[in-house]
Parts: sequence; structure tokens; C-alpha cells
Amino acid sequence: MAKTMYQKIWDSHLVRESHGDICIIYVDRQLVHEVTSPQAFEGLRLSGRKVRHPEKTFATMDHNTSTKTKELSDMEETSQIQINALANNCKEFGVNLYDHLHPDNGVVHIFAPELGITQPGMVIVCGDSHTATHGAFGSLAFGIGTSEVEHVLATQTLQQNPSKTMLINVKGELEKGVGAKDIILYIIGLIGTAGATGYVIEYAGDTIEALSMEERMTVCNMSIEAGARAGMIAPDQTTFDYIKDRDFAPKGDEYEKAVKYWKTLKTDDGTIFDKTLEINASQIKPQVTWGTSPGQVVSIDDTVPSPEDFKDPTDASAAKKALEYMGLISGTKLSDISINYVFIGSCTNGRIEDLRKAANILKGKKVSNNVTALVVPGSGRVKRQAEEEGLDKIFIEAGCQWRFAGCSMCLAMNDDKMSVGDRCASTSNRNFEGRQGAGSRTHLVSPQMAAVAAIEGKIADVRKYL
Amino acid sequence: MEPFTKHTGIAAPLDRANIDTDAIIPKQFLRLIKRTGFGKHLFHELRYLDYEGTKDNPDFVLNKPEYKNSTVLLARDNFGCGSSREHAPWALYDYGFRVIIAPSFADIFYNNCIKNDILLVRLKEEEINSIFNEINAIVGSTINADLESQTITTSGQNTFSFDIHPFAKDCLLKGLDHIGWTLQFNDKINAYEEKIKKEQPWVT
Repeated sequence: MAKTMYQKIWDSHLVRESHGDICIIYVDRQLVHEVTSPQAFEGLRLSGRKVRHPEKTFATMDHNTSTKTKELSDMEETSQIQINALANNCKEFGVNLYDHLHPDNGVVHIFAPELGITQPGMVIVCGDSHTATHGAFGSLAFGIGTSEVEHVLATQTLQQNPSKTMLINVKGELEKGVGAKDIILYIIGLIGTAGATGYVIEYAGDTIEALSMEERMTVCNMSIEAGARAGMIAPDQTTFDYIKDRDFAPKGDEYEKAVKYWKTLKTDDGTIFDKTLEINASQIKPQVTWGTSPGQVVSIDDTVPSPEDFKDPTDASAAKKALEYMGLISGTKLSDISINYVFIGSCTNGRIEDLRKAANILKGKKVSNNVTALVVPGSGRVKRQAEEEGLDKIFIEAGCQWRFAGCSMCLAMNDDKMSVGDRCASTSNRNFEGRQGAGSRTHLVSPQMAAVAAIEGKIADVRKYL
Repeated sequence: MEPFTKHTGIAAPLDRANIDTDAIIPKQFLRLIKRTGFGKHLFHELRYLDYEGTKDNPDFVLNKPEYKNSTVLLARDNFGCGSSREHAPWALYDYGFRVIIAPSFADIFYNNCIKNDILLVRLKEEEINSIFNEINAIVGSTINADLESQTITTSGQNTFSFDIHPFAKDCLLKGLDHIGWTLQFNDKINAYEEKIKKEQPWVT
């Protein structure tokens, strides 16, 4: 029988089938960070349980860590508590830890692929909703809650019933200045923030196949913003080349054997998905969110919509509330919206390619006087690579702040945050109320669009810079 | 976990779609390393006028005297979307909520609630509208949720049936230890690990 990639991975990880109750699936790798894990380790301690496979568990510190200092004592006290708790838990339970001082430390969804921990065909989980990022390698990867983190630590398995499958076929050539971030924002705008609830999405088509691994990760990363359990892309030569020779990648004969297996993972021809969506890539323009939900998104050419534009009363009322919070008037051109912050980074857009794209725009230019621009590399490796290429100098000369790796102002859990009324062009993934600081306003954009906004001090169209 | 069989309580109407987990519990409160104590920060930005949380926002539903002691929450589509933080159900439970009724819930949030003794009830949009109308019309309306019979009954005696996965129902009714349940099948986990060691040695 023809199977989707999702079904193949599901079937190969089934430990126990459901007997009217629930399936148990095996988890190959669990990634851990300091915010959603302390209660899980505490649960193990209280019940006298151990971590079943510490060697399959990899921890990093990212959400709380300062991007200004590596000195723990200079970080906020409550952050120190969580950071110390993770260090102690990893020591006690024997878990691999890439702490804030480790040269390869980074945002959980950036450091793991870089180290070759993420591989095709694996089931990967993390107490973090952006875990779908790893699906870019043709793995089944999704976010879980802390009780489930504890469950995986104790059993290396998860209770789960299969999801429905959705195929999103993106075909055609992208316009210059339009990239992975625009593709995924466009999709979320089309299907809505709950459009894929209950589904695992497979992104396919020649536009997706032409993307680099970094770009594929950006697309899969925001699957959760459409409500999907996971997002995935079939592994191909781009994937195999990316993995080869990385720290935890299989080596020599084992690599060859693995590639042979990875090639069998792609969805069989003629497989029927529960839902299919066709997207014409040439129609996608640079995207900008105007509201407080990633689905409230339009093209840069558009104007801010009015609540009356929405047929559904719930959408109309959500639009009204969003406009109030965002301090925007319907009919305003997106390109007339001033911003005073720019954030370039996060698990969505904190990779080397993202920084290259932003630096390419900012080279020889100056950040507008009233704009604070933060550039936060996604990991220690990204930072080193960027510095080798001189990107740090481009950013600093333009007037940006060049920081240490971390989640930073994507969720503003450390001290990188905006104040009431501040407005940001941000390469992150969520524009929820207060996400980047209480009372702050977020417009989600691509790294290039963020760079252009930094120069102009307002939302602007990257296409005129190319 | 405590078993959940039935519950009756005052229902608070939170008339908003896409309530995300950042709205349920903002990040500045995620630094606690225990599971309790999150209730006072529930819906912080909607609930308080100041960052410190000392001034109640009088317009927010839970600050209205008639809803102060509510234990059932009525909401709109896609409740609990966004981050996977289990701090969201911990905060809802700690505040006192035992039942949440909405047309749809985000996936991870749904799983997290089942593991924290909170019953999530999905009803049709028109049913939700009718409950909103009823509790808005009569101050202090209560709702009874009966998990065994899978029904919701309002104090106006309107009854609605809801679907729930049999395993989720069983977990709530028994207050199941999920890890303990899975470990009954430890021999199967061992067998899987033996198989994978031979077939995909690079994964082990």
C-alpha cells in the first residue's frame, strides 16, 4: 500500500498499537531546554525514576540566557535559578548538556541540526512548540508538554494517536526578495492559525525542493502557527549533504547505509493525503503581519484590513481587537507603518543564511536613528561563522547590536524586551500581544524585510533594494 | 492525578478567539521550577492594568464580582494555541478552573490539560453561542460537566453532548499515572530497542 512519509515513520516507530486506547511510539531523540524541563526532572525524582536513555537526550540553555553576557551572575536572578536547575538535573541524570558557556550552545532548534543530532526518519521531541523545525530533515518532530517530557525521559516513548495528513504543494519560481519566511507566512494566512490542527503537514513541490536546509527549517518551524502537530519535507541530496560529517552524523559505511534508508522515506507516488493544498509560488510577495496572530498577515503591497473585510464574526472581532492593540487604522499602507525596533534572530531566522541575507541588505547602510536593531545569532557556531565572514562588522557598522546566541527577543524571557507602545519588525514567529515585552507590537517579516525596515525606520519593500 | 468524574461551577464567558498560551501565562512567570503557584498570574496582561499585577482591570471577565469564583471557562476557537508551555494548564488549574468549553483547542494544549485533570469540552459553534447567551443573560449561571455521560448541562437545563477520545476519558476518570501505564509494556519497548539496534545502528 502506498504510504506518506509520515505514515512510514509512524509505522517504523510503533512500539504498541492502540487497542481502543492509545498507541505507544518510540522517540529517537529528546531535546531539552531550561524552561519546560525542571518540573519533568522533579517528577522523576519524586517517583524514583531514571532517564532511560540519557545518551538520546540533549540539553541546551537558550530561553533565559543573556545575549549581552556569558557571566551567569550578571543574569537575572530567576534566570539563574532555571539555568542552575538544568545544569544540576543534567549532572544528576547523566544528560548531555550544551550549557551557556559551551562553544556550541545555541537555540534548541538550531544547535541540534548543526551537530547532526537531527536526522531523517527519526522521531524527535522537545518541550517546545517549534520542534517541527527538525521536520525539514524528513524526521517526525513535534512539541510536547512537560508531563510528556517526563514521560519520554522515563520511557523513551510517547503515548500518541496518529494525525491526519496534509500535503502542501508549492510550485513555481519565487520572486526575487521572497523567501522561506514569506512562503510559510503566506500559507498560515491562507489556512488560518487553526487550519492544520490535527494534521501533520508535508511540504513538497519544486519550490520547496529548491530550498536550502536553512530555508526548509524556516518553513517547517512555523507549522505550529497553522496549528499543525508537525511539518516535514522529504529528505534528498540537499539533506544528505548537510548532515554528512557533522558531529553526531553516522560516518563511513554507516553513513552510506543510513542514506540508503533515508532515500526510502519519501512519500510513495499516488498516496492520498487527507487534505491537499496547491500553492503558486510566483504569487507570493513579501509578507508582513498586521495583527496579533500569525494568520493576520498581508503582502507588503496591501493595506491594513478592516474588521468588515472578514465574513466570519469571530475573525472580525479578532481583527478589531488586534487593530486596537496594534494601534493601527484600517486602510493604512503597510509601508507607512513606522517601527522603532528590529529583531533579527530566533529559531525561525537565526541561522547563517538568514544573517547573510540581512547583512547583504545592510552592507554600507545605516540603521535609522530612531531604531534599535538587535542581531542575535541562533548558536555559537552561527556566531563564529558570521564573524569569520565579517558579517558582525557589517551589522555593527550599520548600527546594529551584535549579541551572543539565544532566544532573546523572540519571546523576551531574558532582558531583551520592548516597552509599552514600541513596535518591531521581527524575524521571529509570534506576534501575540505582549510577546516581545508587555504592551509591545510585533510585525513578523523575513530577515531581508527586517533589514530594510531597520534602514528606513518603517516597514518597507525589500524588492526595491535588489 | 486526581480522578475527574463530574463538576459543577460558575461559568465565566471569555469571548475571544485564539487565546494563546502567552495570554494564559506570560513568559515572565515561566521561571518557577515547581508546578504550583501560577494561578495568581493567569491571564496576567488581560487581568491587570499594571505589569506588577497590583491593579485589577475592571473590564476583564474574571475581575467582575459575579465571575470571581468561576471554575468553568467558556471560550472561542483555537483556545490554547501557541507555545507548548504546560504552565498554561497549571495556571488554569491553580486558579480553580476544572472545565473549559470551546469550539476548538490547540493540539498540545489539549494533551497538556488531560494530564492535569482539566476537562476540555469541544462543542459546535452554535451550541457555544447559545451557552454564551445564557450565561450572559443570567448572572451566576452554573454549568455541570458529567464526564461519564459526556454531557454539559447549564443551570437553565440545556444539555449538550460532547465527544472525547475513550483513552482521554479513561485517564481523567481514573486519574491515571501515564508513565506507569506505558511501563506495563516495557517488554515491548525492550523488543523495539533490540530490533532497531540491528536495523538502524546509527540511531542507537
